[in-house]
Amino acid sequence: MVAPSLKLQDLIEEIRGAKTQAQEREVIQKECAHIRASFRDGDPVHRHRQLAKLLYVHMLGYPAHFGQMECLKLIASSRFTDKRVGYLGAMLLLDERHDAHLLITNSIKNDLSQGIQPVQGLALCTLSTMGSAEMCRDLAPEVEKLLLQPSPYVRKKAILTAVHMIRKVPELSSVFLPPCVHLLHERHHGILLGTITLIMELCERSPAALRHFRKVVPQLVHILRTLVTTGYSTEHSISGVSDPFLQVQILRLLRILGRNHEESSETMNDLLAQVATNTDTSRNAGNAVLFETVLTIMDIHSAAGLRVLAVNILGRFLLNSDRNIRYVALTSLLRLVQSDHSAVQRHRPTVVDCLQETDASLSRRALELSLALVNSSNVRAMMQELQAFLESCPPDLRADCASGILLAAERFAPTKRWHIDTILHVLTTAGTHVRDDAVANLTQLIGGAQELHAYSVHRLYNALAEDISQQPLVQVAAWCIGEYGDLLLEGNCEEIEPLQVDEEEVLALLEKVLQSHMSLPATRGYALTALMKLSTRLQGDNNRIRQVVSIYRSCLDVELQQRAVEYDTLFRKYDHMRAAILEKMPLVERDGPQADEEAKESKEAAQLSEAAPAPTEPQASQLLDLLDLLDGASGDAQHPPPLDPSPGGALVYLLDLPCAPLPPAPIPDLKVFEREGVQLNLSFIRPPENPALLLITITATNSSEGDVTNFICQAAVPKSLQLQLQAPSGNTVPARGGLPITQLFRILNPNKAPLRLKLRLTYNHFHQSVQEIFEVNNLPVESWQ
Amino acid sequence: MIKFFLMVNKQGQTRLSKYYEHVDINKRTLLETEVIKSCLSRSNEQCSFIEYKDFKLIYRQYAALFIVVGVNDTENEMAIYEFIHNFVEVLDEYFSRVSELDVSFFNTVFHSTWQAHSSPYQESIDELPKICSALEPQQACFSPDSSFKGAASTTPIY
Repeated sequence: MVAPSLKLQDLIEEIRGAKTQAQEREVIQKECAHIRASFRDGDPVHRHRQLAKLLYVHMLGYPAHFGQMECLKLIASSRFTDKRVGYLGAMLLLDERHDAHLLITNSIKNDLSQGIQPVQGLALCTLSTMGSAEMCRDLAPEVEKLLLQPSPYVRKKAILTAVHMIRKVPELSSVFLPPCVHLLHERHHGILLGTITLIMELCERSPAALRHFRKVVPQLVHILRTLVTTGYSTEHSISGVSDPFLQVQILRLLRILGRNHEESSETMNDLLAQVATNTDTSRNAGNAVLFETVLTIMDIHSAAGLRVLAVNILGRFLLNSDRNIRYVALTSLLRLVQSDHSAVQRHRPTVVDCLQETDASLSRRALELSLALVNSSNVRAMMQELQAFLESCPPDLRADCASGILLAAERFAPTKRWHIDTILHVLTTAGTHVRDDAVANLTQLIGGAQELHAYSVHRLYNALAEDISQQPLVQVAAWCIGEYGDLLLEGNCEEIEPLQVDEEEVLALLEKVLQSHMSLPATRGYALTALMKLSTRLQGDNNRIRQVVSIYRSCLDVELQQRAVEYDTLFRKYDHMRAAILEKMPLVERDGPQADEEAKESKEAAQLSEAAPAPTEPQASQLLDLLDLLDGASGDAQHPPPLDPSPGGALVYLLDLPCAPLPPAPIPDLKVFEREGVQLNLSFIRPPENPALLLITITATNSSEGDVTNFICQAAVPKSLQLQLQAPSGNTVPARGGLPITQLFRILNPNKAPLRLKLRLTYNHFHQSVQEIFEVNNLPVESWQ
Repeated sequence: MIKFFLMVNKQGQTRLSKYYEHVDINKRTLLETEVIKSCLSRSNEQCSFIEYKDFKLIYRQYAALFIVVGVNDTENEMAIYEFIHNFVEVLDEYFSRVSELDVSFFNTVFHSTWQAHSSPYQESIDELPKICSALEPQQACFSPDSSFKGAASTTPIY
């Protein structure tokens, strides 16, 4: 009576034949009805077929929960075809959230102990896909037994099931830990791969396991070495690289084991160098292995030469034509840039080229990396590139680029004028994407730069005359014109072409801003206030201004209306006070959040320099050997003291550091060195809260005609004092009074011992390399008493 | 860790999907359409790694079929890229010149013997065909009351 049910093939044909989504749904619903009926009738012969169809339908996205009980029945049957589909159904339809899943535990247990490989395989597969915590606990002993079976097929699967079990129930680690070391001696690649994954899971979950497995590092090194040096093996090689997947996994495990552990790292050094140099990089498989090697080198305590090798490999990747490789190179360089800054700087030109990429993910990475690479010596060149990029970049990157440029400009601006120019350029190109405080920052900056008032107001006026749509720009321009309108009208400014600006033109421009529908209410407020200020700055009569102000007295916007009414009253009743009220504004103090940010930045800088003691330590020890330390030979190197362990304490010291303008130092500055126009000055500060601390700032200036490059200053003090050098602001002093280099020394002198200081300078000047060693005489007594 | 493995064609029809973490069924179709949209919008010159929500997507296009693997942050993208190619080569061996049609009709075969979630590189080139072909004779001798008789090694069972 019942029509013969469709085979899976036929169902798929029908679904493919459906022309529209509605048709497909119809076909599927009809079939599901058949399947449900068949399940109700309990037909054992065709059950597997029905379930297979149901699973296909499930994959397409339709609900299939009514098949769950059928899975159980199929698993319990003795036919392999039934079991196969039943287990497949269990993997796809059952999971921890349905209580029914526990019912298959017994069937799995039976199947695992039956000894028929395909069935065991199926059971292990299912267990590893959907095994819940209780199931794992119950079946752990079975799986452990299977780990020791002779057949590699079942062993592989048992190992992977063990991985899943450990993820679900970490306590089972004790069960699976002992066989691991034994399994590493197998030759079968599948078993090795599984074991390594298992070991990685164990190590990630318990530090005790990590220590235990450090013992197998030599074994792993040996396996990898054999892999790399043996020739072509038909079973496992992919484009000339023997089993790249196993190589990558071993490297990853070595990374986990070698992290923060000197001994293991040393064992691996040779091997990593060997892999890095011997791998064939013409195909993707080789590049994948090389990339993993680079990641491992970066994470462990590798030798310096190895790290340089890693950065060079990444640089080579950057030049590769394959975009995938460039992407991974940029991502890894971004991670490296904090720790190996100078090595990454060498590849700066290539990174900047990558900004031109059409691919969105690549250009984003290149942008982040370029921003991280900006420092005081390359800031002008980098800013030019970044500004060019800003003009052409896709809109989603604009905000990041703009804020990155502004931040970098703030940190490294060589001159105020350059800073103002840069911000102006950003505002004209991408004004709508900048952060809200950009306007405030710029006004404050301009206000502070007295000599540049005329220049800024001329530039802003020109920019405004061209385009009044970029709101931040309009706001700043309006403010400036209001403040410095008199300078604008004088018309003479030596830095740009003199432009004769008429009073009427200025007023017309501001009125245009006020009336334009593109202006935000805030912008209008700025414009109105600017107009008002101009009434005192301009020579002509104020009728036009009074007119505008009185028009806005009835404006619908409450804020504008209030301003207009107040200004109008000022005109009418308080005209004598007008000039005083509308005087030039004093410099606004930088408020709270800014100071915190600076304190945070200096704390980060200090922490970085704490990381920097590792490289400065060998320098310091060489220096001390060289200098034959002052009160007798020093056998041991002087270790810079770590910063106060409690971050609160460190912050207290750092907040004493002059971030804002220096309070007058009671100890006079000292000029210690002069040669061919290069001068070195010391200034001293004794913070009152800490009598043992002395802060010395050295300043290197250059009044000669040639640049000073690669400037490095090292210092030594007597043993009873502790010296710490912080990172210098740069290593180049441009000629003719360019931006000086400053560096901070912290000296702790708890015993009030007499201060003696020896300095060693190395730099390049007039194409010669100069080295000077001298002791500082005439140190003021107040610096150590 | 691999989060999911998809084979979707250009029209957005899913040919194979395997999820290694539970995702609600209605969210799955949504995920698949979004993923295929972001893969389709990329040209040939762009790189094969996309960042999507908190996954990384690594995709490869073979004729009209996209194979997309979603991984978390700790994976080596290039090794997964190689793995996708390895997988296609295995399919090629098994089906002797595999096509999208083969994938649509035989996806259950892969499901039942594939345990790739924890160690994605488990199957080397020759293993999967060996396993699949090992299965068929085993079936014949294992279940005396099996309903099919003398199935050829590549005939589907259903």
